[in-house]
Amino acid sequence: MHSQKTMIATNRFGLGARPGEAAQAASDPQGWLQVQLESKNDSDFQATGLKPSDQAAREYFEYQAARRKEKKETSAKADGGNPPKPIMNSPRNTLAREIEARTRFAVTTSNPFRERLVRFWSNHFTVSTTRNPVVPVAGAFEREAIRPHVTASFFDMLLAAEMHCAMLLYLDNAQSVGPNSPGGKRRGRGLNENLAREILELHTVGVNGGYSQEDVTNFAKVLTGWTIAGPRDRNPTGKTYFDERRHEPGTQVVMGKSYPDLGGEQAVKVLKDLSTKPETARFVSTKLARHFISDEPPARAVEKLTRAYLDSAGNLGVVSAELVKLDEAWQEPAEKFKAPDEFYISALRGLGADSPQSRGLRGTYASLGQLPFSTPSPAGWPDEAQAWLGPDSIQKRLEWSQALANRVGRRFDPRQFVEEALGASAGERTRAMVNGADSRQQGMTLALMAPEFQRR
Amino acid sequence: MKNRQSRRSFIGMMGGAGLVGALHPAMAFAKGAGDRYLLLVILRGAMDGLGAVIPYHEPKLNDWRRILVPPEPGSAEGALALGVDGFALHPSLEFMHAAWKEKELSILHAASSPYRERSHFDGQDVLESGAAQALAGRDGWLNRALQKTPGVEAAAIGGALPLVLRGDAHAVSWAPSILPEADDDTLERLMRMYEQDKALQTALQDAQSLDMAAGDVDGDAKKVVAGRNYGPVLEAGANLTASGAAGVVVMSLSGWDTHNNQGAQTGILAGRLGQLDKGLVAMKRTMGSKWPNTVVIITTEFGRTVRSNGSRGSDHGTGGVAFLAGGAVSGGRMLGDWPGLAQGALYEDRDLYPANDLRALFKGVLRDHLGVSRKDLDRSVFPDSKNVDPLKGLV
Repeated sequence: MHSQKTMIATNRFGLGARPGEAAQAASDPQGWLQVQLESKNDSDFQATGLKPSDQAAREYFEYQAARRKEKKETSAKADGGNPPKPIMNSPRNTLAREIEARTRFAVTTSNPFRERLVRFWSNHFTVSTTRNPVVPVAGAFEREAIRPHVTASFFDMLLAAEMHCAMLLYLDNAQSVGPNSPGGKRRGRGLNENLAREILELHTVGVNGGYSQEDVTNFAKVLTGWTIAGPRDRNPTGKTYFDERRHEPGTQVVMGKSYPDLGGEQAVKVLKDLSTKPETARFVSTKLARHFISDEPPARAVEKLTRAYLDSAGNLGVVSAELVKLDEAWQEPAEKFKAPDEFYISALRGLGADSPQSRGLRGTYASLGQLPFSTPSPAGWPDEAQAWLGPDSIQKRLEWSQALANRVGRRFDPRQFVEEALGASAGERTRAMVNGADSRQQGMTLALMAPEFQRR
Repeated sequence: MKNRQSRRSFIGMMGGAGLVGALHPAMAFAKGAGDRYLLLVILRGAMDGLGAVIPYHEPKLNDWRRILVPPEPGSAEGALALGVDGFALHPSLEFMHAAWKEKELSILHAASSPYRERSHFDGQDVLESGAAQALAGRDGWLNRALQKTPGVEAAAIGGALPLVLRGDAHAVSWAPSILPEADDDTLERLMRMYEQDKALQTALQDAQSLDMAAGDVDGDAKKVVAGRNYGPVLEAGANLTASGAAGVVVMSLSGWDTHNNQGAQTGILAGRLGQLDKGLVAMKRTMGSKWPNTVVIITTEFGRTVRSNGSRGSDHGTGGVAFLAGGAVSGGRMLGDWPGLAQGALYEDRDLYPANDLRALFKGVLRDHLGVSRKDLDRSVFPDSKNVDPLKGLV
């Protein structure tokens, strides 16, 4: 039987053991994780057929223009009528392909620890399709701003994320204009503080990080000018660029430090300083410890991660390696209740699936309560059991588990599933209930809903 | 909703004595504050306030939007006069009209949240968070109010908690099942498997109780989850309250974004309003003896343009309409100020001027119906809203 330690590596750090995976991790579970941190890139992620963000953004502009034109033509006709459906590549299709690709990769990857980190950081730097322009670029955001950096420099990830078109659109910096900039004076447009506030509150120093409203305002001024070349620009490339004409001129003081006006570089300097602040180290470390250990992260673990962060100037490879070394992260029983998408991915991995369901993927995610890239607020998906352990979510998990079990039941032996997916983590009671089920389908339903499979 | 009978037997098997006995302790004793009940209905997509409550006394009304205006009160298929100025309800709102006459309905026209732009998501975000701008709030005003009224259980109909109900106070959501429900034998085995896992056990037990409490919901479950089938949503919400499972329930109804072919006495908006009106009939019937202690708030993220657009509909506007219904309402009143529809009175020369702050309505209900203090309303429920006085005498 696979040891508890092995199963912690595959299930708590990884995304749930695939058949045969525990055997690979068994001889040296920590080493199995460490190797994943050292794999230099994520070239195994197949981005074939997916669009870079600038291309997706340009298609979105065209799509919008086409819709406007159609609307105008419809209006011109006296009888109204329903506007015809746009025939172009719709932003929703782009998003659906991104979600399918990301799901497929999570289900099949042999570097699941690394992929869990991608998802963790992607959630930390949330962009959400609740705002329409984010729809076509949300998937590209994760591929371009998050994936390359999960075991590298936090500053690089921070910079890539904040300057990505998806973030500039999501948190309104694309429209933010310095009141004393040439653009601000001419058009009377104003400052938007959303991005500045969320960088401080959610991405770096945290809500108790010691900043004031004035810091938010000043930082917002620093950020003005960073926008995306959109339909109103001479060359609508869909790329991020710095527009001097919107930039608020002058020196700005952010969290006690003066930043002279260096144009676009002014924002880079502030981000650089934020990335190495002890408050940022602690905020990020607390979130990591919460994700990998417990909803109430142990103080010693947070301390060690914070030190690793500061000693390495925010090297996320070093911090992640420290995480693997923490005794607190290897305790049983598992305390983390799986979020819906973790549950879904781990179930498919446990069954050895090589792709997600081809139809109804969006509906499945939605009914389980966690459609990718649709978080209701910039704070991202919650990482606490309380948020996911509601009666209705358990009911929907149960119904989905039963439907899955009915589909695969005859081909899979639930006892085998328990051995491969849970090993020594499965308790006596769970084993007895699965063994005593009146059918394979019922046994599989019980295994998927077992307390040990619902947690990690 | 299949399986209703067996669900009943399952709960009996779990050692519960009838419905309330089977509920989670917190839910078994759930009440409104002092047996007062609050049902919040959010019309998502921006309901056309001028289409629902029509000011026939405005000389410019037909100039702005003739194709959207039903015949005047008194004529065939005409609107239903309210007896205040020339205001009348859309002809589909028969129950609401009767409620008005029984003084169980009040109306706040030209109302809006502090939001002044025209995105549905941002508008709903501000409406629900109670913050001054979009994305600035992490939790909802109703949840913050519930933190001040301990013992009141809250629920929402839908696949997830809406923002207005998210936060530290406990709240649950309920949605009808799209997939087949689990059979009794599997449920019973699961409960045995969860004997040493209190959290999962409680959640599963509550799920069965909630399902019972929400009652038999007719119609396509997917449409109910999406808020596109109003009657079942409103009935399920009332069932949760009437059965004692929750004192506060939030329901969301979608489909109000009438850019095209909105219609007048008939048409898309008429159909939606009719569904809403019939749902309220079911709601009152379901609430039964609790109706006299009930307030129903019906609100939407913003209004629609005063002028009809080129596709025989209306576009996103600012000032909209909110209703207060229920036996506890001190009704028959047009609340707040009326800015009028004269050329110069429009907001940005296109919208009904937002003369009334929705927060004043919400604050009035929370204070006088649920007993939340003015201090809490000004500081935590609606942060920095000291200058927004609660509307008086709503209940």
